[in-house]
Amino acid sequence: MTTSNLHIYILAAPLLGAFAVNLLGRLSRRWVAPLTLGVLGYATVAALVVLARVLRDGTISYTVGNWRPPFGIELVIDPLGALMLLLISAVALTATFSSLTSIERELPGREHLFFTMYLLLIAGLTGLALTGDAFNLYVLLEITSITTYGLIAMGRGRAPLASFNYIIMGSIGACFYLLGVGYLYLLTGTLNMADIARILQGLQETAALATAFAFILVGLWVKMAFFPLHSWLPTAYTQAPSGASVMIAPLMTKVTVFLMIRVIFSIFTPTYAFFHHPGVQAGIVWAAALAIVCASALALAQRDLKRMLTYIIVAEVGYMVGGVWLANTQGMTGAILHIVNDALMTLCLFLAAAAIIYRTGSLGFDSLQGLYRRMPITMAAFTVGAFSMIGIPPTAGFFSKWYLLLGGIEASQWGYVAALVFSSLVNAVLFFRIIEIAYFRTGEAGHGHGHAVVRVEEAPLMMLAPLVLAALALIAVGFGSGPLVNGVIRLAIPGGF
Amino acid sequence: MQGIIAEIVAKYNYWIYVVLMMIGFYAMIGKRNLVKKLIGLNIFQTAIILFYVSTGVKRGGGIPIVDKHAALTHGIDPATVVNPLPHVLMLTAIVVGVSVTGVALAVLLRVYREYGTLEEDEILEKIGK
Amino acid sequence: MAYVHSIWPLAAVLLPLLATVPIMLSGRSPNLRESWTLLAGGGMFAIVASMLPTVLAGGGFVLTLAEVVPGVPIQLRVDALGMFFALVASFLWIFTSVYSIGYMRALEEHDQTRYFASFAVAIAATIGVAFSANLLTLYLFYEVLSLSTYPLVTHEQNAEARASGRKYLTYILGTSIGLVLPAMLIVYQLTGTLDFTHGGILAGKASPATLSLLLLLFVLGFAKAGVMPFHGWLPAAMVAPTPVSAFLHGVAVVKVGVFSILRVVFDIFGPDLLRNLDLGVALTYFVSITILFASLVALTQDNLKRRLAYSTIGQLSYMILGAGMVSAAGMTGGVLHIAMHAFGKITLFFCAGAIYVASHKKYISEMDGLGRKMPITYAAFFLGALSIIGMPPLGGFLSKWNLLVGAVQSHQMVLVAVLLGSSLLNAAYFFPIVYRGFFAPAPAGEAREGIREAPLFCLLPLSVTALCSLLLFFYPTVFLQLVQRALFP
Repeated sequence: MTTSNLHIYILAAPLLGAFAVNLLGRLSRRWVAPLTLGVLGYATVAALVVLARVLRDGTISYTVGNWRPPFGIELVIDPLGALMLLLISAVALTATFSSLTSIERELPGREHLFFTMYLLLIAGLTGLALTGDAFNLYVLLEITSITTYGLIAMGRGRAPLASFNYIIMGSIGACFYLLGVGYLYLLTGTLNMADIARILQGLQETAALATAFAFILVGLWVKMAFFPLHSWLPTAYTQAPSGASVMIAPLMTKVTVFLMIRVIFSIFTPTYAFFHHPGVQAGIVWAAALAIVCASALALAQRDLKRMLTYIIVAEVGYMVGGVWLANTQGMTGAILHIVNDALMTLCLFLAAAAIIYRTGSLGFDSLQGLYRRMPITMAAFTVGAFSMIGIPPTAGFFSKWYLLLGGIEASQWGYVAALVFSSLVNAVLFFRIIEIAYFRTGEAGHGHGHAVVRVEEAPLMMLAPLVLAALALIAVGFGSGPLVNGVIRLAIPGGF
Repeated sequence: MQGIIAEIVAKYNYWIYVVLMMIGFYAMIGKRNLVKKLIGLNIFQTAIILFYVSTGVKRGGGIPIVDKHAALTHGIDPATVVNPLPHVLMLTAIVVGVSVTGVALAVLLRVYREYGTLEEDEILEKIGK
Repeated sequence: MAYVHSIWPLAAVLLPLLATVPIMLSGRSPNLRESWTLLAGGGMFAIVASMLPTVLAGGGFVLTLAEVVPGVPIQLRVDALGMFFALVASFLWIFTSVYSIGYMRALEEHDQTRYFASFAVAIAATIGVAFSANLLTLYLFYEVLSLSTYPLVTHEQNAEARASGRKYLTYILGTSIGLVLPAMLIVYQLTGTLDFTHGGILAGKASPATLSLLLLLFVLGFAKAGVMPFHGWLPAAMVAPTPVSAFLHGVAVVKVGVFSILRVVFDIFGPDLLRNLDLGVALTYFVSITILFASLVALTQDNLKRRLAYSTIGQLSYMILGAGMVSAAGMTGGVLHIAMHAFGKITLFFCAGAIYVASHKKYISEMDGLGRKMPITYAAFFLGALSIIGMPPLGGFLSKWNLLVGAVQSHQMVLVAVLLGSSLLNAAYFFPIVYRGFFAPAPAGEAREGIREAPLFCLLPLSVTALCSLLLFFYPTVFLQLVQRALFP
């Protein structure tokens, strides 16, 4: 029990901010930027404070409205949740700088509407990191999903159709999750996660429990685009406006992976989840390996940068699901570290894509020629993000791959190990293809003795600054992997695992 | 054989929900008209809502609205009222469903404005051009 | 071994890395830009040399940068083997920089700022590999080297460069990610550490089959060492400007590959383990194929740089051969050849570049009689060739003699035959160049009047390195001492 209300403020700030943006934004467009940035800045600082507090004092539990658990909704902030809070706020804040600029161009006059949904989405994500109640999780999941549907639909061209497709698939996933929670309620009579876990310990394992777990798992898999339930993601993220995808792509799927971890740890204990039904654990790791390989192969076939990145997201989800289901410490560490790293990598790459499309209007491979000359800083940051995806030290991506590979070797899951190595090589091909196109100009024949001066047309500062920050963060987090793992992530994994 | 039929008959409500869910699922995946897909989604969600609500039913139980004074002095006998918690949860779920439907309809309006039709195959044709 | 905590290893790596910034900023004033490169080169060599006395006395330096994975920090350490390699690399970089300046300006090359900046990063990474304390740090700098040399290999930016760049990355990144990374992780999983420890860390940790597989993964995975079948990138990389070929593919990149393999052989596996499992012998036979095959292919190459490339492939495997012999003389010869080959090969490449600058000729068949016009260049070429072949009084003789002695000592007559045979082949593909250059008449109809010696900036470095090859025969003490310390502390 704690008397501080800081954690609820992290949720309340974007929530109230959304309303303020909507109302004040109608009066004058100039309210939108400072409100959004102010709210998210506050949330980031507060998340940092909460993380420090949790690391010092242990898990915080907070009751909303003084309705005590297990009847009231309880917020539980353990080290993993606090880490997610910080990740969500920081990524959202960084992405917002870029969003503000691109939305100004993409949706003129409608910024206040866009950022209303944007802030509601962040409020939902924050809530997901905080909640300790299974049904509350469903509500928050739907909040994030509905706002995402809206944000994506605000794009041009095929965006509404892509969004509708996402609505259908996403709602199926949410309904499956709801069904699973229903079974849990039938079995235990409570919805509080800790309470369910306590009661389940005394119950004999029944088919109902297995069904509940299966439904919840499949529901979350649809939401995180785990192959082959991924079909909604590429089109939806590609068609979304740049300002939306810079924030949605890094966060949505990773938070859903976090939810899967939360469900496994807090509701169904790891012992049940991993070991009770033989073959399930190994089977899911194989499925993850398959997901990685297929998504990487599909990425190879793409001719548009953003679409290629979305398939890479699907492959990365495979990494994390496989890492979690390896059922050993290394794999779990790798999966949680990869949540952080992948969020940062995806942020960096999508920010770069947003900058490129802002300046050049297209992301098809043919229009990327000679980009290293025209937008050197953007491409430099893009290169760092690419190296991180490939897994080249000292960028962050290498270290999460390290743990995942180690976990795979320890668990003798050679299919998963091979899939990870294969995916790294495919990523190398994918990104070096782009680097090559951007590096070599057209019409170069023989020695380039003197060449026409190419104008450097960089992206505006508001888009460039978060991009450079994300690239630097990738290197910093890479070097800081040791403290991050030892100081935070190891605490998040239950003992004896 | 007798046992199985008895089982099916006794759990008839669950079978209805399964059937409803399958109808909804089929509509979502199999139908070409976008509005029909949306209706399928609603049917699917409704089936789940019914499932939840039915978990609270008790034989001979009444509506869980009681006189406050009577409840405070004499307490409530749980056997006389159905479990209100699933109802409350499902109110939330219904709200969620309504929001999704609202957003979906708004999106469909945009789709219609863009392509002039709500048939999926016709839209794909127009995009393909 | 007493290791002193010191900032000097980091300083040596950081100096060229930081120099990249002023290099890029002074793109408009070429003289200023070049002076940064030379300053960084001189400074780095000074730092490396300043650490030499301590290392010779049996000490060393260490610095931990970050604790990234439990048990494996990113750590720099200066010991005898690392100092040996760093000394060669940093010394030769100074001359390469001088040569580059001459070469690029004579040909009025484009994008010189990018060139010099990438070069600075590449040398920083090379020294980083030399001073790595464990396999992870080595892997880190190895990858940085691969990436920083890509702009150098593809400098010409034409279709040929593009294709070569692709081949370069496919071979080098593909093997490091696909082979070295899993091998490294398996070692970590078996032992919990990746530190380079004298005598190795793998003794008794796994079955002979696993250990053999690991060795294979490492030898093939460090494709920069050019072990067949992953050698194809070397000839392809010859499209780069000659200073790049000279330094990177005569000294830095390829030696990094060999150095990495040697580190793994000496400090992860350990000579004793190799001897017990007969892996040393297997290794020597495996690389003998590369030696012979590369020398044979070199005979067929008409493009001078490609001939030198195949010669390099063969010579690199000499070094691995020496390590595999696990006898004192053999290992000494193998490690010593790193230095001897570096000096010799860089001379040869410098000469090739000088010939191109002076006459725009790339093919040996067109170079008849050129020696009379460019006597200094051809004389230097002759000295360099002698060193590579292994004739006294040049440095290469010392390393090849040690290899021969080692082979005889371990009663490996096959290896003796391989060594002698390949030396003959080396002579066969080098002597004609020199002979025809001096004594053959110029091809009919060729105008040779306008051809003079190469510019001073090119001539000076190649003369110095040729003389060094000569001097190393008479004064090999420093290198010999370092090698002895490295192998038998």
